[in-house]
Amino acid sequence: MSSETLTSTEYIRHHLTSLTYGRFPDGHWGIAHTHEQVNEMGFWAIHLDTMFWSILLGALFVWGFSRVARHATAGVPSGFQNFVEGIVDFINNSVRGSFSGKNDLIAPLALTIFVWIFLMNLMDLIPVDVIPRLSQMIGIPYMRVVPTADPNATFGMAIGVFLLTLYYSIKIKGVGGFVGELTLHPFESKNPIVKVLFIPVNFFLEFVSLVAKPVSLSLRLFGNMYAGEMIFILIALMYSAGAVLGAFGGALQLVWAIFHILVITLQAFIFMVLTIVYMDMAHSEH
Amino acid sequence: MHINLTLLGQLIAFVVFVWFTKKFVWAPIIAALDERQKKIAEGLAAADRGKHEQELAEHHAAEKLHEAKAQAAEIVSLAQKRAAEIVDEAKDDARTEGERLLTAAKAEIEQEANQAREELRQKVGALVVAGAEKILNKEINAAAHQKVIDSIASEI
Repeated sequence: MSSETLTSTEYIRHHLTSLTYGRFPDGHWGIAHTHEQVNEMGFWAIHLDTMFWSILLGALFVWGFSRVARHATAGVPSGFQNFVEGIVDFINNSVRGSFSGKNDLIAPLALTIFVWIFLMNLMDLIPVDVIPRLSQMIGIPYMRVVPTADPNATFGMAIGVFLLTLYYSIKIKGVGGFVGELTLHPFESKNPIVKVLFIPVNFFLEFVSLVAKPVSLSLRLFGNMYAGEMIFILIALMYSAGAVLGAFGGALQLVWAIFHILVITLQAFIFMVLTIVYMDMAHSEH
Repeated sequence: MHINLTLLGQLIAFVVFVWFTKKFVWAPIIAALDERQKKIAEGLAAADRGKHEQELAEHHAAEKLHEAKAQAAEIVSLAQKRAAEIVDEAKDDARTEGERLLTAAKAEIEQEANQAREELRQKVGALVVAGAEKILNKEINAAAHQKVIDSIASEI
């Protein structure tokens, strides 16, 4: 909250506005200082906070893990190497369990998704006001710290996964096989005329289910994290509503944060498992 | 909630992180894990082998021990036999030596007895002559009566 008193609506809106760098209607580029300016920017804008936190966390992940990987020995592992190997082993087992094809990219993909999403989700456990408040003190108007509560981040990853499934579908089954998969199921017929008649229906159904995959993948994660963040914001609102309600809010925040540990891990895991499953579907012939 | 350029940025960041992970994280860690797995398997196999070898060695040692015991028993029995032989030989030697000594002593005794008898015989002859002289109060020619003297002396 800034120094002047805010209404609840303004407080929530402030928390849900990203630090946006974009093109103003008059053509020049800059950082938006009000919610209206963000709305005016439209597509030609970039969320600096989402980019900063996600890349920072991703870099933290690859730095930590690659440090271990560089010094990885077959001898007795210790400390952080144990921890990393535990995660790697867990991912490896998950991939072997769900992915029947042979592709060296899937396991590292799953590892990146799991750890990166987990770290981004973890930002949700930092009390909602801490980082935005500190940012305001150094003159940054907006700051959203949970990248996965920004649909751009979740859609970015889901589209990445989607493009990979398209790539491998076409690579493994060929263009014909891929198109056939889209048009010749689920309604099949031996009669060529009926077969042709079924094509538009099949295509519609298969296309919807194809597109639904990345959309559901990203919206599931986004929805969970957005809702979680929203509840933290609402709980934070109680602190300004007197001592009794504030204390109650404190207890609530603790309970919700503990519950949220489960949610953030589970969402990271679900995203990873579904990615593996989609990749498996792309690799397997019908 | 705005979908904007951030989407593209996130997509690029995602691709870069996946690429980096594949190249610099996953490959070396999996290599290390595989290597360790191999090492452990080798270690276990070596342990099994060692155990087997130990069993063999124990078996071998027991066999050797058994053999050595048998040999020792044989040597002892041979030695005992030899000792008995030596004792018997010694006994025999002692017996023959004793007998030899005994016969030598007997022979000596006999010889001395003979010698004494001879001396006695001569002395008796002289005595007989002396006695007869006394009886006849005259000298007797010993040579003239040698026959008589000898016959008397031989009766001793």
